[in-house]
Amino acid sequence: MLLTVSDVTKTYRTSSSVVEVLRGASLSLDAGETLALMGESGSGKSTLLHLIGGLDISDGGVITLDGVQVNLPSDSHRAKLRAQKVGIIFQQFNLIPSLTVSANIAFQAQMAGRYDAVWCDTLARRIGLSEQLGKYPEALSGGQQQRVAIARALAARPALILADEPTGNLDETTADIVLQLLIEIAAETGTALLMVTHSAHHAQAMQRQLTLSGGVIAT
Amino acid sequence: MITALRALLSHWMRSPLQLVTLIAGLALATALWSGVQAINAEARASYDEAADRVGTGQYDRLVAEAETPLTTRDFVALRRAGWLVSPQIEGELDGAGIDRPIRLIGIEPLTAPPIGGIDGLGSFPLDDFFHMPGHAIASPDAAPDLRAFGLGVTQSEALDGRIAFVDIGIAQRLLQRGDRIDRLILHAVQPQGLPDIAAVVPHALRVAAQTSTADIARLTDSFHLNLTAFGLLAFAVGLFIVYSAIGLAFEQRRAMFRTLRALGLSLNRLIWLLSAELLLIALIAGSLGIALGYVIAAALLPDVAATLRGLYGAEISGGLAIRPSWWLSGLAMAVAGTFAAGAGALWRLSRLPLLDAGTPQAWAHMARQVIRVMSFAGAGLLGVAAILAVTAEGLVQGFALLAALLVGAALLLPACLDRILRALERISPAPLPAWFWADTRQQVPGLSMALMALLLAIAANIGVSTMVSSFRLTFTGWLDQRLASEIYVTVADAAQAEQMRVLLEGKADAILPLLRQPLELANLPGEVYAVADHPTYSENWPLLAAEEDVWALLREPGYALVNEQLALSQGLSLGDEVPSVQGQKIVGIYSDYGNPAPQVIIGLAAFRMLYPDVRATRFGLRVDPDSVADVMGLLREELPLPQDALADQGRIKAISLRVFEQTFTVTSALNVLTLSVAGFSILMNLLTLSQMRLPQLAPVWALGVTRAELGRMEVARAVALAGFVTVLALPLGLALAWVLLAIVNVAAFGWRLPMFLFPLSYLWLGLAALGAALIAAGWPAIRLARTAPHHLLAVFSSGR
Repeated sequence: MLLTVSDVTKTYRTSSSVVEVLRGASLSLDAGETLALMGESGSGKSTLLHLIGGLDISDGGVITLDGVQVNLPSDSHRAKLRAQKVGIIFQQFNLIPSLTVSANIAFQAQMAGRYDAVWCDTLARRIGLSEQLGKYPEALSGGQQQRVAIARALAARPALILADEPTGNLDETTADIVLQLLIEIAAETGTALLMVTHSAHHAQAMQRQLTLSGGVIAT
Repeated sequence: MITALRALLSHWMRSPLQLVTLIAGLALATALWSGVQAINAEARASYDEAADRVGTGQYDRLVAEAETPLTTRDFVALRRAGWLVSPQIEGELDGAGIDRPIRLIGIEPLTAPPIGGIDGLGSFPLDDFFHMPGHAIASPDAAPDLRAFGLGVTQSEALDGRIAFVDIGIAQRLLQRGDRIDRLILHAVQPQGLPDIAAVVPHALRVAAQTSTADIARLTDSFHLNLTAFGLLAFAVGLFIVYSAIGLAFEQRRAMFRTLRALGLSLNRLIWLLSAELLLIALIAGSLGIALGYVIAAALLPDVAATLRGLYGAEISGGLAIRPSWWLSGLAMAVAGTFAAGAGALWRLSRLPLLDAGTPQAWAHMARQVIRVMSFAGAGLLGVAAILAVTAEGLVQGFALLAALLVGAALLLPACLDRILRALERISPAPLPAWFWADTRQQVPGLSMALMALLLAIAANIGVSTMVSSFRLTFTGWLDQRLASEIYVTVADAAQAEQMRVLLEGKADAILPLLRQPLELANLPGEVYAVADHPTYSENWPLLAAEEDVWALLREPGYALVNEQLALSQGLSLGDEVPSVQGQKIVGIYSDYGNPAPQVIIGLAAFRMLYPDVRATRFGLRVDPDSVADVMGLLREELPLPQDALADQGRIKAISLRVFEQTFTVTSALNVLTLSVAGFSILMNLLTLSQMRLPQLAPVWALGVTRAELGRMEVARAVALAGFVTVLALPLGLALAWVLLAIVNVAAFGWRLPMFLFPLSYLWLGLAALGAALIAAGWPAIRLARTAPHHLLAVFSSGR
């Protein structure tokens, strides 16, 4: 098993209220498997994704990725795990605006010490942006930026890709193209994919679908 | 690591203006600080060198007054005119084969007066001394190294340190000075009837024989401390630019920080990388600042030299050496300043959770909190200032009061502006003006550092100009009282004095002898003066406090007047005894501006009893003002007096006022530089912020306000903010002036001055500040007015 999430809890406290977002969520994912995580707004989908990626830390439960516990307090530990084993794709693309397309694609791979120029070129070709490598993100359309984000996530050959509503900012046609590309490349490279989405249509493209409701996995 | 660092640095490549702002701000701050430090280091080194130098301080000397140097031609001209002068140059001899520089003094042995440490030149081989390759008289430490220069050397045990005397021609060659001369030593006794020195060499200034160099260093300490304080103020103003530039750079890169962390860069590494980035910027900007500081120091040094010469009789060399003490301190200040300015941004970054780091609300909330904390700290510091205003004594406490006052007021500024703008928003009748004030209020956190810098710069200008102008008014009035005699004359001896007395019978109302005796007072070199029993003193002498019938009392032995400096430094008041002068009771205290030394005045009879050997050679002549020219002409005709032995009241006043003006040339220059730095700070802030303004302005544009109108409103916003800051700076500036006049000046110079107000000059300063804001806002406003509509439309679409 590549990913195991067991009884994970997370509570947010503000000055006026306490919100229990996750109340014991559990799931698992095999290597190379694709999984859609669905649920209403505020159900905790993105929170769970952030906890799996080590972007935040859970209050309880255990998350294990490739045999290593993710939810430990050390920021450095989680950062290293993220750099080595996880690729993250955000709804807002989050490219580095001051780097060129080519540098953005290579960035995480270089950080993880796994930079492979040939593989990065291949990815650029696969996403159809070979001609745009010298441009800066501001010169690209939303669909193109998200394709760069996909290439960046895959450049370090991670074991798992976490995608947080990756097509949420794109029109339907572009969204379909981008998602198809993501699934194809993930399959070709044997990378597992966990995607948060609102779209049942997009969820159907995954091998498995889970719904988060009331802070736990419902189905 | 390198990849992440490259990504961080790539921000600057894409935002060169921001990088220029940051580097320019830091470089300017460092430049002003290191410039002042370079001046101080040069002056102190000159005092030390003067202490090493042997004997040259015991004679009056001529130095170049303006930037035109003295040359061999000036020496020859003076000798031909009959003046007994001897040229000297001085410098550090360095070169291959010697490990430490040698202080080389070039003299002209045939005309040189006897110099302590060299037991006459007769025993030395003069032929060798004059001719190539030359001969040196050197201290034991310097003698062996001089042979490396091919010089013959005679060792003198009387010389200490690493010092050597050579013929001036040899020194000019070794020091590569061409025919330049540093000074012309005036022999103590000169022939009669010589022409005025100014007529022969107009750019020469006569400097009186020094008191001991250690005393000079002590006397000038206050002056250097004042300069350092100004340098620090300018540095602080520059740091505001750095703070805001770093803050903005961090804010603009929030999304990048989040992405970097999401891609696996740990928080610790990110902070280390950002620290490395700051260090790199600090070193680059610091180096530029030090180079700029050298230029500033070189430009200001002649004025500082003139001030020190005029006020304290201290001579500093015209050249500026690159001394490790100031460039290292400049670099250290640049690095420390950058980290002080960046510490807040790094701390905020370390505290914000990864997932919140990108949300503007989190930062806006943080900015509001920071303003609240700043207000509390500001109020606390003003409380400290209020306590110090009552209790402060001495220079250190005076500067602590200044710091608490300025920093406290600056910290309170954003909250004050927030209140003002909130009130204006509430009373605005139409939606657009209401939006204008609300939007202006939103800009305050982003602009706060530049506005604080402007507040400090304007307040410093008001404070310092009020102090200088108050001083000028007081000083001019004081000179009119103090220089009551119409003519001042110096005669050669008692016989000539008697000749003068006979000559002036019936032509002068009074001949007042001006007798003085050097004396150590309160451990400082001071003087005792004698005054004759004459209405000139009782009617004119400016007394700050006096017993009744003070002038009648002064006729008797046992009574004295002391100057304000002595009274304040020793806590003396009427009825106390004068320290160091036996049994003299203080019956009056007089103001004595421009003189840093303690002074005592006693009656003529008492003086003659205490110092029977002192003969009067200087006199004040009371004559009919209309006959001044005639009396001076008569004295010149009948007595063989040198030109500069006679001076009328007007000339002495002019010289005194010139010395006064020179004293404040440097502070005025630093003032203007500080204001310029603040103006630059606003320009750069507005330019940087303008890049982030589109999301705030686009909706207003979409609702029907044209781009040109938005541009004009941006200018109005900057001018309004500058106007509010100017109004708030006025009371702060006046408080600063009060501290300078009532506390700092008293501690630094020993005199207390009344404070006058100059509303017209404040008005001009305010207009200048508004003008600066207008110019600073102009460029970003034009850019906004020319923004292409598709850029504004892009704000409304999340992607393309």
